[in-house]
Amino acid sequence: MSLVTVEGLSIRYGGKTALRGVDLSIEPGEIVTIVGPNGSGKTTLLRAVIGALRPASGRVRLKPGLRLGYVPQRLHIDPTLPITVGRFLALPHRAPHGARRAALQRAGVPDLMDRQMSGLSGGQFQRVLLARALIGDPEILLLDEATQGLDQPGSAAFYRQIEAVRAETGCAVLMISHELHVVMAASDRVICLNGHVCCEGSPAVVASAPEYRALFGTGTGGALALYRHDHDHDHSHDHAAE
Amino acid sequence: MDLLGDFMTRATLAGMGVALAAAPLGSFVVWRRMAYFGDATAHAAMLGVALSLAFGMSIFAGALVVAFTMALTVNALTGRGYAMDTLLGVMAHSALAFGLVAVSFLSGVRIDLMAYLFGDILAVSRLDLAVIWGGAAVVAGLIAWRWSALLTATLNADLAYASGIDPRREQLVLTVALAVTVAVAIKVVGVLLIAAMLIIPAAAARPLARSPEAMAVIAGAIGAGSAIVGLRAAFVLDTPAGPTIVCCAALAFAGTSLWRRAPLG
Repeated sequence: MSLVTVEGLSIRYGGKTALRGVDLSIEPGEIVTIVGPNGSGKTTLLRAVIGALRPASGRVRLKPGLRLGYVPQRLHIDPTLPITVGRFLALPHRAPHGARRAALQRAGVPDLMDRQMSGLSGGQFQRVLLARALIGDPEILLLDEATQGLDQPGSAAFYRQIEAVRAETGCAVLMISHELHVVMAASDRVICLNGHVCCEGSPAVVASAPEYRALFGTGTGGALALYRHDHDHDHSHDHAAE
Repeated sequence: MDLLGDFMTRATLAGMGVALAAAPLGSFVVWRRMAYFGDATAHAAMLGVALSLAFGMSIFAGALVVAFTMALTVNALTGRGYAMDTLLGVMAHSALAFGLVAVSFLSGVRIDLMAYLFGDILAVSRLDLAVIWGGAAVVAGLIAWRWSALLTATLNADLAYASGIDPRREQLVLTVALAVTVAVAIKVVGVLLIAAMLIIPAAAARPLARSPEAMAVIAGAIGAGSAIVGLRAAFVLDTPAGPTIVCCAALAFAGTSLWRRAPLG
């Protein structure tokens, strides 16, 4: 059965409707990316899936006993809170040392166990968050803009890591990203969200859908060109036209 | 020899009891930036003192009820239009003011207001001691029981939800613990300095700790040490006991901060 099933989900948030009538299901092992402009309800949708938001109508069903790993958009650890990476990975459930080390290895940061969380670089921090999500052998990973604050090579490396994790463990991935060209290349399915589901399907289908083009455009700087890796165009004409 | 017969012994034990309950709770207060919340709850307890005196209840019960009501109200009202600090400022100082006014109406009783504002640790009775250690045990037990969930919810609410923890429930646990701590600490340091016993030992422990557990334990040691040294100093220098204890904790804070310059937010 599906890992996550969302049926007719509407969420009201601060007196406004953030999502209306969203249907969605995630199957085992697939990588699904949610794209959409700012304020389109991407994070709201993910927060509803983890149970942080109550639906105004519709519902979210998780496979009974679903093991999920969640990587939040931003995690601020107050500098007054001393905590090592190893201790952080053991929250809230004491995971054995071996499992924590394996998770760090899988997330590509094997040597950070005894470091303080406050001393990590942005990229290390995100990978530690990924490692924590991987503990307990999740059936699905939920990532909310997990590469925020990383530079382009850093985020590309991060997404390669996600693909490697999926290949190794077979877990499904539901993620949100702004970096269309990177994530669309890695996704099995893309969902374009703008308060409701505008369009969905394979990356190529979504990239050519009129709803998607209306939101993101089709210019040479757009995601479509990058996704197809067209290198036969001239970047300078954009600036010349301005 | 009757160990508890000596008022200094009782005072020292009372101070240590409060310090041990305040340490783990105070650590969360610091991590979650709830310092003003602790202060407000403590100030509001003055109204509880006035009500207790008016109705002949125990001070502990009156303070507990008002502190708890105050904390729950603030919890419930947060995020409904007012900023947390505005709300706390209104409620805490109103409760303190109403409490002081209410006390003035109690003409039949001669009340030493200073005893409630700054504590009266040298007058701690055996019953007080039992209440303080009982309350401290409840607070320490509650926090130990919820430790992992509290810590997860403190790091990030959504991370807690994703792990099946309701952060609002954990916030409630802290609120209850705070109300109990305020109620038992009135006799020891008074309503004006309770927040100091929560925050200062925890902040003093920060530069010395590498894990959250270590910070809570070191804070307990600093708090208990401040109680012992502060009482002794108050006796020798003939200074008010509660404030002297807080002064010792403050010196410990200055010492650890200088000793190792750690990032303090």
